Amino acid sequence: MNGTDVKRPVVPGVRLGSMSFVWRPWLVSVTVLLAGATFLVFCVSIGVGDFPIGVPRVVATIFGHGEQVDEFVIMDLRMPRALAGLLVGLALGVSGALTQSIARNPLASPDILGITGGAGVVAVFLVTASGGAAAAVVSTVGLSAAALAGGLGAGLLVYFLAWRRGIDGFRLILIGISVTAVTEALTTWLLATADIRDVARAQAWLVGSLDNRSWDEVRVVFWCSLVLLAVVTAAAFQFRPLHLGDEVAAGLGVRFSRVRAVLLLCAVLLAAAAVSAAGPVPFVALVAPQVAMRLARHPTPPLVASGLVGALLLLGADLVARAALPITLPVGVVTAAIGGPFLVYLLVRSNLRQ
Amino acid sequence: MGAQHGTTKHSAASDEARLAARGVTVGYGGRTVIDGLDVTVPSGLITTIIGPNGCGKSTLLRTLTRLLKPASGAVVLDGEDIAGLRTRDVAKKLGLLPQAPVAPEGLTVADLVARGRHPHQSWLRQWSSDDASVVERALAMTGVSELADRPVDSLSGGQRQRVWISMTLAQGTDLLLLDEPTTYLDLAHAIDVLDLVDDLHESGRTVVMVLHDLNLATRYSDNLVVMRAGSILAQGHPRDVITAELLHEAFGLNAKVIDDPVGDRPLIVPIGRTHVQLN
Repeated sequence: MNGTDVKRPVVPGVRLGSMSFVWRPWLVSVTVLLAGATFLVFCVSIGVGDFPIGVPRVVATIFGHGEQVDEFVIMDLRMPRALAGLLVGLALGVSGALTQSIARNPLASPDILGITGGAGVVAVFLVTASGGAAAAVVSTVGLSAAALAGGLGAGLLVYFLAWRRGIDGFRLILIGISVTAVTEALTTWLLATADIRDVARAQAWLVGSLDNRSWDEVRVVFWCSLVLLAVVTAAAFQFRPLHLGDEVAAGLGVRFSRVRAVLLLCAVLLAAAAVSAAGPVPFVALVAPQVAMRLARHPTPPLVASGLVGALLLLGADLVARAALPITLPVGVVTAAIGGPFLVYLLVRSNLRQ
Repeated sequence: MGAQHGTTKHSAASDEARLAARGVTVGYGGRTVIDGLDVTVPSGLITTIIGPNGCGKSTLLRTLTRLLKPASGAVVLDGEDIAGLRTRDVAKKLGLLPQAPVAPEGLTVADLVARGRHPHQSWLRQWSSDDASVVERALAMTGVSELADRPVDSLSGGQRQRVWISMTLAQGTDLLLLDEPTTYLDLAHAIDVLDLVDDLHESGRTVVMVLHDLNLATRYSDNLVVMRAGSILAQGHPRDVITAELLHEAFGLNAKVIDDPVGDRPLIVPIGRTHVQLN
């Protein structure tokens, strides 16, 4: 209407060939820094052990210029554990970002939506059951895959129970909490009645740990994550308007129930894959998106940054659990101990600012 | 910007209706709310749907925007059944502002209004120079340019509603459907928002809205659709439609209809049980 005087555009854009995006310098810088930090911790994590290797040598070996001794230690012995940590953290972070966005509630994490509980109860059942059938299942599909199925089953159950002409965030969380309570009761009952040696093994699985990961376990979570993250990336553009609520999204031309169903399924599968590889590592999926949001100063959980914070948290926690503490702890104990206070710190800091 | 126009001049486009419902029956679950209703939205005018609580006015608006699918009948947009169109194509023709929308905490005004461009974007083209200029115009037209960097949740109710209308404008549609745009607003802010709606209408847009306040609906509409129990009781210019008999029939309200001392429309003076001196 009035003359366009030259000034800073209200919403600056950036072009890359035929692609164009809104330019968010802060989000991009934070994401790049997080990626750098994740890679560094990944390398340090590989270097630490009975046979210490410096970060430059680790980097050289990863890119194929290492010595033979390093190559064996790094690629065969230590890489599966570090890669499992990276992928599990990434999957949990992205999964949490999706569930929190879909429910429009920071409480909605895979821990609360029954996925972790479902995986746990199946794993504990298979570990503690003395019957031949359970042993047969474990030997044919493996404990990880069975746990994955358990997590998926519980996640889908919650989704369908919560469905009533669409998904409502509160309903999803309430039903998730109920299903989680049932699975936890079943797990406790199984543990209470099982043989004491099996209980120890089941407990170790239930805390969440990266100990003794092999390439076989990593392969499952690797391919699952790769495919699912590709789907999430493709759907992310249609997902953005959902933050404004279903009706606004519909008004903007988004088929919201379909987009949401696809992404919720991705979130459930990502979390189930992560749990199958490392056990139900607590708190990462809940805290990573919230930390990423605050670091990136973004009103909604940013997907890439959430995944990176998840990976950083898990790798860092594993490093602390192995190297910094006098006793060796499972990673799950440390993620809760680090993640909880850090989230509280971010919340308090933002309160003080206001 | 625009001074108050006493009489609305009907735009040239008004003879051709772009949006209409033909024999629609809509309900939730097993309950039928609207049964076989026909309505045509005259182009270039402000049409307001009024009626008592639960009469189906929001349901009708939601059906017109395709949020609800009619069990039978059809909504026709530019000569085509809206159910057969791609959601995205509908969004390029018809802007919708639902009742009391909520933005995520911390989302800035500019970012919210920018989301209005979604139907025109794709995964690879998420932000073009066109988008930037349309958003800037939408911000200017709704008078919120100065607030562009502020979080939406830090604004007053009236400012917030302007911002949401700005987002709908950025969508670039000539048809705007607003579900109770003045909910939760005090009278001054409600007038402010409705003046803005009138500006949009003056610039050639067709507006359909649901309003609760009868006097505001009468003042700001060219066409009133009065509903009761899922069907249309009366329809037309407020001067022709608003009578004491109709208000009694539609709302069970005793009222006196007088001339608006500051406008050219009727004014409704409700008559309750107390505080009334009738002579």
